[in-house]
Amino acid sequence: MSDALGNPTIPPDASDSLAVLEKQRSTAETFGIPLAVLLEITHRCPLQCPYCSNPVELDRSGKELTTEEWKKVLSELAEIGVLQVHFSGGEPTARKDLVELVKHASDVGLYTNLITSAVLLTRERLSELADAGLCHVQISFQGVEEALADRVGGYKNGHRKKLEVAKWTRELDLPLTVNAVMHRQNLHQLPDIIQMSIDLDADRLEVANVQYYGWALKNRAALMPTVAQLDECTRIVEEARERLKGRLTIDYVVPDYYALRPKKCMGGWGRQFFNISPAGKVLPCHAAESITGLDFESVRSNHSIAWIWQNSDAFNRYRGTGWMKEPCKSCEFREIDFGGCRCQAFALTGDAANTDPACALSPLHETIFKQAEREAEGETNRFLYRNFAGGTLESENGA
Amino acid sequence: MAGPRHISVSEASRPVLPRHAKLKYDETRKVWVILAPERVLAPDEIAVEVLQLCNGERNVGDVSDQLAAKYAAPREAILADVIVMLQDLADKGFLTEAREKTS
Repeated sequence: MSDALGNPTIPPDASDSLAVLEKQRSTAETFGIPLAVLLEITHRCPLQCPYCSNPVELDRSGKELTTEEWKKVLSELAEIGVLQVHFSGGEPTARKDLVELVKHASDVGLYTNLITSAVLLTRERLSELADAGLCHVQISFQGVEEALADRVGGYKNGHRKKLEVAKWTRELDLPLTVNAVMHRQNLHQLPDIIQMSIDLDADRLEVANVQYYGWALKNRAALMPTVAQLDECTRIVEEARERLKGRLTIDYVVPDYYALRPKKCMGGWGRQFFNISPAGKVLPCHAAESITGLDFESVRSNHSIAWIWQNSDAFNRYRGTGWMKEPCKSCEFREIDFGGCRCQAFALTGDAANTDPACALSPLHETIFKQAEREAEGETNRFLYRNFAGGTLESENGA
Repeated sequence: MAGPRHISVSEASRPVLPRHAKLKYDETRKVWVILAPERVLAPDEIAVEVLQLCNGERNVGDVSDQLAAKYAAPREAILADVIVMLQDLADKGFLTEAREKTS
């Protein structure tokens, strides 16, 4: 749901008097406290999207931080210089104390963003969140028409509910971002998703192609787009950006499977991003727990969040370039993409210190991406739905 | 292609930051910032001064008068700069017009 967060989006036309802070400081202040932090306050979610960015091993509700613990985290984040927090999940509105947490975040001066599937929200609760100081609402959409959207989310009448909540969001004068996660089975709806965003009076649209680790990797054969689909997707985004300039900002997260160069995942491990899991683990990215053998510190430990960011083994393990092996080690692009995505390297090669196979210089690039291409051309469309039971395969008739 | 909320900044407009764009002094980095959805902007000193004056009551002309007096600079040049800066912010969706008051 939050794939774009680790890939800082920079408007191309930022003028000098209004420079974007990440851009200005990206090299000078490498390990300074991040400007924005993702808070995954629960893994519970009524939806079961097959590309969920949560780990396959979900945190159960009994392990979640308490209200008081989250409030302490929020105060600490504000104190050390974090400016924005994203309340995410799982489904953040599944926490009964969300209004209280948003209120506390506002009180300590944090800019608050809600990343939600929207299906649990009532107008009254959304209004309470607005009164508590919520600054921005981001609603995920699985498509533009009910049958497909509800099938992808594995939740009946979800799409209709999302449209309703999007309308309330604008009625309450909250800015709206439409977050559309794209894959082979819904890419054909992209032009309509752009139009839907305009009709819903959204300011921003995130066109986020699925990134393949965790649940999405398990569902790769059902989700992987073809090369032709991706080219068309890029063309549509570029055309719409030009046409809708000043009306709708479109952030575009490209899939890296068919690229020759890997993405600068998270802006580089431990450089400008961290998130906190439902159980309080401080993580370099929301998929980091998929890498086994790393020990992530918790906010429940005796260490401060700033200490964990600066000194913990997990953050320092793949920070900078010292950990690299060949071909990254001597590569001229090593400080540009930092060897791509550590989680993807681990998932596809078994060693997070290997070059991300999305890079054409990886010895595994060709094998893995030929396989993905074959899957994209294949007929497997059944999903493995995300849930606490380790996943449920969609039935033959799509129910 | 301007949408319904797009504003065109002129001498008579009374612009103000919308509720989702917050001007704030960042104590940690010792810099002024504008917090916005998924963005942190770093306005320069002049932009900060202009935005602090844009309280929804002053119009762009009033703001330029104040700056012209403060810096003993030609008002027309200041007015032109202020409009460019505010229009840029408006085009990015981070500026709104103060609602008309009934009183």
